[in-house]
Amino acid sequence: MAKKEYAFYPGCSSQLKASASNYLVSTNSMCKTLDIKLTEIPDWNCCGASVGYCEGGELPRIAINARNFAQAETHLPGQDIVATCAACWLSARESKERLDGSAQLLKETNEALAAAGLHYNGGANVRHMVEVLIEDFGYDGLKAPMKKSLEGLKIAGYVGCQTNRPFGIDGESFENPMYLDKMVETLGGEALSKYEQKVTCCGGALAFSEPEKSQKQIRDIVESAYDHGAEMIVTPCPLCQANVEVYQSEINKKQGTKFNMPVVYYSQLMTVAYGGSAKDAALDGQLIRAEKLEKIAGK
Amino acid sequence: MTTANQNANLANSERYRNNFLKEVEANVEEGHMVKMCMQCGVCAGSCPLGNAWEHSPQKIFMMIRAGKRDEVLGSDSMFMCTSCYNCMVRCPRQLPITHIMHGLANYAHRLGLAPKGQPTRDFATLFWNNAIKKGRVNELTLTLRHYFRGGLVSGIKEALGMQSIGLGLLLAKRLNPMEIFGGHGVKDLKGFHAIIAKAKEIEDRKKGFTA
Repeated sequence: MAKKEYAFYPGCSSQLKASASNYLVSTNSMCKTLDIKLTEIPDWNCCGASVGYCEGGELPRIAINARNFAQAETHLPGQDIVATCAACWLSARESKERLDGSAQLLKETNEALAAAGLHYNGGANVRHMVEVLIEDFGYDGLKAPMKKSLEGLKIAGYVGCQTNRPFGIDGESFENPMYLDKMVETLGGEALSKYEQKVTCCGGALAFSEPEKSQKQIRDIVESAYDHGAEMIVTPCPLCQANVEVYQSEINKKQGTKFNMPVVYYSQLMTVAYGGSAKDAALDGQLIRAEKLEKIAGK
Repeated sequence: MTTANQNANLANSERYRNNFLKEVEANVEEGHMVKMCMQCGVCAGSCPLGNAWEHSPQKIFMMIRAGKRDEVLGSDSMFMCTSCYNCMVRCPRQLPITHIMHGLANYAHRLGLAPKGQPTRDFATLFWNNAIKKGRVNELTLTLRHYFRGGLVSGIKEALGMQSIGLGLLLAKRLNPMEIFGGHGVKDLKGFHAIIAKAKEIEDRKKGFTA
């Protein structure tokens, strides 16, 4: 039996050949080493994400999240729901807190769920993968299976918004959360703890709808990483990863910058430190190759 | 504006005549918290898009209390929200500002009063419809529909501008051209849609959207 078991909520972007498929692949490799068994919530659906509010409204949004809870409660009883995507985690946890706090909302939600023969009892706990790593394993527990040190790698820990606010990781501050830096240090890397764009917003969905406004944010995030001598950025959020990595070439084109900063997931760093290959860490999934990390993986 | 929008708008503005705060409290997500705002302005100074909007949350909340219904529901400020939650965690009165802004955007959108052609309003609508169609987001059709929103010519131009990124994602196995034929989705689509329809029916009844 695996050391830990969780009901896994990968989310739309962490599917095969979706924009964060490298997050999924590396998470699976990381979990294999840590002896974590992730079982997908059967037939899970989209959380509605941050922009679901406009057309979706309140109850439909909460109801679709409750559908996932009901599925987890029924098919994976007693297991915590674990999301890797920041927006999935936020939407799900927010929905759960609202449902826990209002009998009326719970009643209406169950009325909606009944249309598909489902019922939510209020049981499932909603957590982010980072919470699982830090709270259930701890930094020492994460260090134990290490086979390689990330020594010499200068890494800017970009936490972003939604794994930090409004819930965040227990015991961390919203303004200067330290967990990502601590994870980098645990793996032997050099955490650039003075990196001041750590919790700056990348623009989220506005990267699509208002690209200039979002790219202004992204420019600050990447520029500051360069200023601090970073060789790569690490993040726990799939939208942060995609926005900050993908639009560097656009910013270069429009503003004459020469950005070429790799942006990786913590799960990719961990996979490499645990002795995984570049393929295990899905480093072939980067638009801007993380060559220094690939080199360590190839050693 | 559709007739249903108009009817709901007229009915709600008549029902709460001269008391827009009451209207917001009754119909907007977390709207009951608006009156807790003490006008300190921390939210205004915390927003990453502070240089882009006309009205800060602080201003919006005071305008609600001042009964400025048309100005609030016609503002584009709510659609500038990136959902970064900075305002919310810093608010000394712990107003769920992000959710109130989302709720106001939804209310203005549903009443047909939100600014027409506002890019995030349009993208957000596209996103939700894309996500619920099959129960999971189809990133390819979402992106294509977004690029081609202004018609074929501007769409081709915009898509060509992004083609190197698209090709990069394709090679990195982060974009699947086959998604055009359907892609990922939930199996119990009928049940999923039934849940949303029922939830919408309950919400519409409560907020006076049913014509």
